[in-house]
Amino acid sequence: MTTDPTTYVLRGVRPLGGDPADVVLAGGVVAALGAPGSVDVPGDAVEVDGADHVLLPGLVDLHTHLREPGREDAETVASGTRAAAAGGFTAVHAMANTSPVADTAGVVEQVWRLGRDAGFADVHPVGAVTVGLAGERLAELGAMAHSAARVRVFSDDGRCVDDPILMRRALEYVKAFGGVVAQHAQEPRLTEGAQMNEGVVSAEIGLAGWPAVAEEAIIARDVLLAEHVGSRLHVCHLSTAGSVEIVRWAKSRGIDVTAEVTPHHLVLTDELARTYDPTYKVNPPLRTAADVEAVREGLADGTIDIVATDHAPHTREDKDCEWAAAAFGMTGLETALSVVQQTMVDPGRMTWADVARVLSVAPARIGRVEHAHGRPVAVGEPANLTLVDPAATRVVDGAAQATASGNTPFAGRELPGRVVATFLRGRATVLDGAVVEPAGAGAR
Amino acid sequence: MNPGTGMPGHEDPRTDPATRTVLGAADVARALTRIAHEVVERAKGVDDVVLLGIPTRGVTLAARLAERLAAIDPAFDPVQGLGELDVTMYRDDLRRQPTRAVGVTRLPGAGIEGKTVVLVDDVLFSGRTIRAALDAIGDLGRPRAVRLACLVDRGHRELPIRPDFVGKNLPTAVSERVRVLLSEVDGTEDAVVISAGGGER
Amino acid sequence: MKHLLSTADLSKDDALLLLDTAAQMAATQSRAIKKLPTLRGRTVVNLFFEDSTRTRISFEAAAKRLSADVINFSAKGSSVSKGESLKDTALTLHAMGADAVVVRHWASGAPYQLAHAGWLDAAVLNAGDGTHQHPTQALLDAFTIRRHLVGRRGGGDPDGVGADLAGLRVAIVGDVLHSRVARSNVALLRTLGAEVTLVSPPTLVPVGVETWPCRTSYDLDATLADWQPDAVMMLRVQRERMSGGTGGAFFPSPLEYTRYYGLDARRLALLPDHAIVMHPGPMNRGLEISAEAADSDRAVIVEQVANGVAVRMAALYLLLAGDPSAEGNDL
Repeated sequence: MTTDPTTYVLRGVRPLGGDPADVVLAGGVVAALGAPGSVDVPGDAVEVDGADHVLLPGLVDLHTHLREPGREDAETVASGTRAAAAGGFTAVHAMANTSPVADTAGVVEQVWRLGRDAGFADVHPVGAVTVGLAGERLAELGAMAHSAARVRVFSDDGRCVDDPILMRRALEYVKAFGGVVAQHAQEPRLTEGAQMNEGVVSAEIGLAGWPAVAEEAIIARDVLLAEHVGSRLHVCHLSTAGSVEIVRWAKSRGIDVTAEVTPHHLVLTDELARTYDPTYKVNPPLRTAADVEAVREGLADGTIDIVATDHAPHTREDKDCEWAAAAFGMTGLETALSVVQQTMVDPGRMTWADVARVLSVAPARIGRVEHAHGRPVAVGEPANLTLVDPAATRVVDGAAQATASGNTPFAGRELPGRVVATFLRGRATVLDGAVVEPAGAGAR
Repeated sequence: MNPGTGMPGHEDPRTDPATRTVLGAADVARALTRIAHEVVERAKGVDDVVLLGIPTRGVTLAARLAERLAAIDPAFDPVQGLGELDVTMYRDDLRRQPTRAVGVTRLPGAGIEGKTVVLVDDVLFSGRTIRAALDAIGDLGRPRAVRLACLVDRGHRELPIRPDFVGKNLPTAVSERVRVLLSEVDGTEDAVVISAGGGER
Repeated sequence: MKHLLSTADLSKDDALLLLDTAAQMAATQSRAIKKLPTLRGRTVVNLFFEDSTRTRISFEAAAKRLSADVINFSAKGSSVSKGESLKDTALTLHAMGADAVVVRHWASGAPYQLAHAGWLDAAVLNAGDGTHQHPTQALLDAFTIRRHLVGRRGGGDPDGVGADLAGLRVAIVGDVLHSRVARSNVALLRTLGAEVTLVSPPTLVPVGVETWPCRTSYDLDATLADWQPDAVMMLRVQRERMSGGTGGAFFPSPLEYTRYYGLDARRLALLPDHAIVMHPGPMNRGLEISAEAADSDRAVIVEQVANGVAVRMAALYLLLAGDPSAEGNDL
């Protein structure tokens, strides 16, 4: 992979929200960093005015659906990573529920190469835990781990590894190569036909309920399994107050568990189902206001380690239909940072350094890509960086997004913050808020 | 949802300087008495005469006429010979107005089959209400004859309909508004008043 | 009033206007000539994504008696099973110039989507959607209750025109969890001032019911004997709730259900003398209601069907007769 020969100087930016600095990016790394006016800037450097902008390590998404191979009508690796770059991400973990399923070295290497060729963000494929996501026997986890894609995160996301013995084996097996099982916690029998959070709203509007216990029961079982076999567990998109409590308890016991929350679960509630607009149909479902407060609290106190988008693009025909017939999922790459700013930073519950932790440092560590991503903003580090203007506001327009699908739940809403620039190994993938095509795009 | 017919108000339009009273209470009473006599004369008695009032004020007027008919000829039974006919569902202007509440239709105890039906309304204007009433009657039975009585005929007919019994012919401009006030409905002394503007009725 | 989607949307005035209009409609249905010219030239589409011959013919009769043109559109299946999508169906009906769409759908919320997605501008009448709402059923139930328990008993207007249901007690018995009839009735009866008790096995009570404006009980005998309801509404038990199905059986056996939640002659005798027995049909005789109860002189089940036509005429009239753009015409 080539590095961008262009040299950039970011003027007056605030690394992790701290004191203003000038930052020079050259040769794919941070070449210089110091008080404004104090650093030597090469004469050919491209100036980026960053006054009052916050400089973060490039964001890392541990939970992205890129849909390729199989559903290129909803998203491709290229369109999905463009969306990632637009949202400030420099690395994404591509979930395995493609067609064919990413359950072999061949498929994960293909996805990894597609990401490298597109050049907007590093794509780290997630390997399926079980063959065909069928939940019956383990996929060749070792082969995926030792492939060119170097898979470290394994998940049947979209489905739960509900068989306890299979889950135990997976947790044990990935220890051999430092992997982690990312569990989609959903007890299948308790959620057959389920459409939305089970509670006051589902009772009233007549959509089949999805009880919180269906999520919590699996998380409780899995943390105990992880403790028993001494392995590492990652809980995908936890959504209920009870789940936060269980993870908090597990951590207090020293269990090696990490947990993620999605941006949408930080702000949206099941009241939106009253519109019967399938845009708000998502797995796990939107929960109550009390759950939203609990996940914010859990994120603020570190119980929840990271924010991951669960970016789930869907075609219009999969959403322009009856709620019960619609697909689960919503896009999130291009709104995640704004939602975290709105719900956590602006109310004073988190600092920008915390944002760097939950959207870059911790997900890079969990995904074992910390050699390249989630690094400190310091001289000599890879120039994987995101520059955000926190004072900007924008009204979300699904059609204007880089993702190939329009199923954003934030359409028409005003969100704070705007990604001004994203750098992947020194190359600007986003500049002045617009996606920048790689040099020689199409010729690779 | 708004029924739109407007419940009768209890304000007194006669105190409004923009209105003028064209018939007073005594005039209304005299007109009804005269109409009652004409009905009897025309029908050569009260046998087979039934009255059908059109809501709202036509119902009240029909009740008053029934009393007078009974006074003229005790053979007239005000219970058997009096009914009310709601024409809402036969109107041709439903889509031009807010949804109207459907009123009660109550046929005279004697029915209308083979009877001389006297339709009673307060103000005759375009004739469209009477057209609707004739259609409604056609669905309810086959009277021997249908006559029309109104307290005021203000002209401007839009259909070939004419009254048989008129309390007062009142030349008006189309834009003027004619209102009949009856003590039972409006809580004021009986009167017919005319005011500028509005245009309705 | 632009659409009729849920009884929860109806104010007390709206509900009374519907019931009072239905009373006038019912009066026209005892005449030799039942047809009225009111909706001549208007087109009503019966759009049924789920079989329901009873509901369809009731709406069809209502529309035809108001002289509307009726088109029956049966669209079984769904967009997932490769039928035409709801959206394309709606666009088709829009192109055909439908003035009102009566929609029955297996998916909760489908009528709401038809009314609000911008696919068509016709009035939408919900004829039952999934486990959500069936507003005309609740209206005909309220109409029947008012006739029997307010009108005839009260000595006022025989249909109870103008009156609400204040002080009346209604027990709704059976599968509340999956019942659009129960949801519609709880909202409407409460709006009209009646008290409601839901009686169900615990497996058939929705989580979240505690916010509903009614009480709940697991004990039918106690509810009948101690609470003395004025009306008992038995809900149909679907066959698939008894067997394994997707979520497993909701109760151990049909026999056990009947033993604890079926209305039979013994339970009938617990009721006050004036109490009426209702069922939205079709009945499972011998399961939720015994033949004795269904055929007793307290049962008003057949009358419910007749009142259904009058109520649907009223709904169609109030949705279609006025100028849709006129002020004060919104529901």
